Amino acid sequence: MIPYLVSLLLMGIPLLWVEWAMGRYGGRFGDHSTPFILDNMTHRRFWKYFGVFGIFTNIGVMAYYTYIESWTLTYAFKSIKGDFLGMPLDEVGATFDRYIDLGADINVPLWALLAFAITLALNIYILSRGLSEGVEKVAKIGMPLLLVFGTFLAIRAVTLGSTGRCPDCNSNLGLDFLWRPEFSSLADPKVWLAAAGQIFFTLSVGMGTIQCYASYVRQKDDIALNAMSAGWMNTFVEVVLGASVVIPIAAGYFGLDWVKENAGFMMAFKSMPFLFDQFGPVLAVLSGLAWFGLLFFAGITSSLAMGTPWMAFMEDEFKWSRNKAALSLGVIIFVLALPTIFFFGKGVFDEYDYWTGTVALVLFALAEVILFGWVFGMDKGWVEITSGADMKVPQVYRPIIKYVTPLFILVIFLTSVFKPLNGGLDDWGRGFAQLGAGQGWPWAKDSIINQLFHLDTGILWFEQGVPTNMFYIDMSRFLLVFTFIGLGALVAIASRKRRQNA
Amino acid sequence: MSTSALLFMIAVQGTVTAVTVYYFYKVLKAPAKDEPDSYSDNDD
Repeated sequence: MIPYLVSLLLMGIPLLWVEWAMGRYGGRFGDHSTPFILDNMTHRRFWKYFGVFGIFTNIGVMAYYTYIESWTLTYAFKSIKGDFLGMPLDEVGATFDRYIDLGADINVPLWALLAFAITLALNIYILSRGLSEGVEKVAKIGMPLLLVFGTFLAIRAVTLGSTGRCPDCNSNLGLDFLWRPEFSSLADPKVWLAAAGQIFFTLSVGMGTIQCYASYVRQKDDIALNAMSAGWMNTFVEVVLGASVVIPIAAGYFGLDWVKENAGFMMAFKSMPFLFDQFGPVLAVLSGLAWFGLLFFAGITSSLAMGTPWMAFMEDEFKWSRNKAALSLGVIIFVLALPTIFFFGKGVFDEYDYWTGTVALVLFALAEVILFGWVFGMDKGWVEITSGADMKVPQVYRPIIKYVTPLFILVIFLTSVFKPLNGGLDDWGRGFAQLGAGQGWPWAKDSIINQLFHLDTGILWFEQGVPTNMFYIDMSRFLLVFTFIGLGALVAIASRKRRQNA
Repeated sequence: MSTSALLFMIAVQGTVTAVTVYYFYKVLKAPAKDEPDSYSDNDD
């Protein structure tokens, strides 16, 4: 938790201010997507094409995120139908595995595919109609409801205690697991990397989404206070509510060992229906509907945000109508998402999450904060952040944005690229000693270099004529690379059109 | 739950809640701006 809070103060909040300022600056020139926002800030071709990340990342993440979103839709309906009433714990977990057809060689989950198609269609419909009329109004009701229900569950979790289902079935053990300070871990780069990664994903920084939204804010309007309130509200939901719900409850009913083995985004689907069933039949149905329904709504507000940069780019540069831009996004997302559904068990879903939802975020955030502080210039940058501000932005953030944040992200990025075996602080020393002795670098399995080039196993696409998981994973990488190149080509065409019209 | 975990949880959650409420209050108290929020105003 300490690395999380330090990352929030030194990286999350500065990045929020930087992205809001970049977006509003771009909006002044009528630019609403990162390629041309970055181009306007620097007038250099490199940065224009680097800005492709601001569209690519959103599309890549939206592809698998919409699939997760569709799970919550299905689980809301299953809750209404009472599918989980009286269901044993093991069966709740098995139900989810069957739903996504886990265990099959090629996953063909018909109901999950249908739910995904419906969820994507809903996203595209809302995007084609505009966000302000529908989503904004529902968000004003849905988000407070989610907070109220989250508070109810948090209180339930904290007061749950021992359920007696197993020797370590105790919600307090879950809370202890989350909150026991382990100061020795502060020297572990892995912990810092995990904390920073969490900040990136939950604040949606490094994606290009914030720039797109901020580009519609007027020059004299506040961005500093809005960025702070949004950032801290997100932290409140994550640290105060989020940390008090799923893990303590899961520890209460399934034990701490189960939690450690099953930690991940699937845990809520495998644990919460069983918890709700303990409330009695009526409350179980209502709680399931409220929890998964509101999660679906929270998810759709995120996926709509991810769709916005593509929409803005096509409308700005190619003068496409909203309907045409939304429909084209739907086709792209559908094609990109299918591999994550059919080859879920082969690791394609995780591959998308890793490259678009983690690595691309860090890379783009590093580049944009360097651009902001060093290329655009901190003097101009500071004016952009503080212009129209409804709060006094602490002066200490001026050197933080220029020096600390880029260095912080750079260290995190480099430690991920060159991570040695086990990744601890001592392991770096041993790695350099080994390198000095001419024995090469001891690459960690999850270092970016090893994952990119399969150094530990070598490239093995077929075994006895049958494609390996590596084959599916590498093909999905090629698909993502082609998507990036395609977006780069569109930026090149748009640039030529701009020059012709100038 | 150990004492150190409990103290740490209360300290962190208390701080985060206080800061969130503070900024939320500031947003609510900020002077109202003219609507609509249109970027066309930005293009001058």
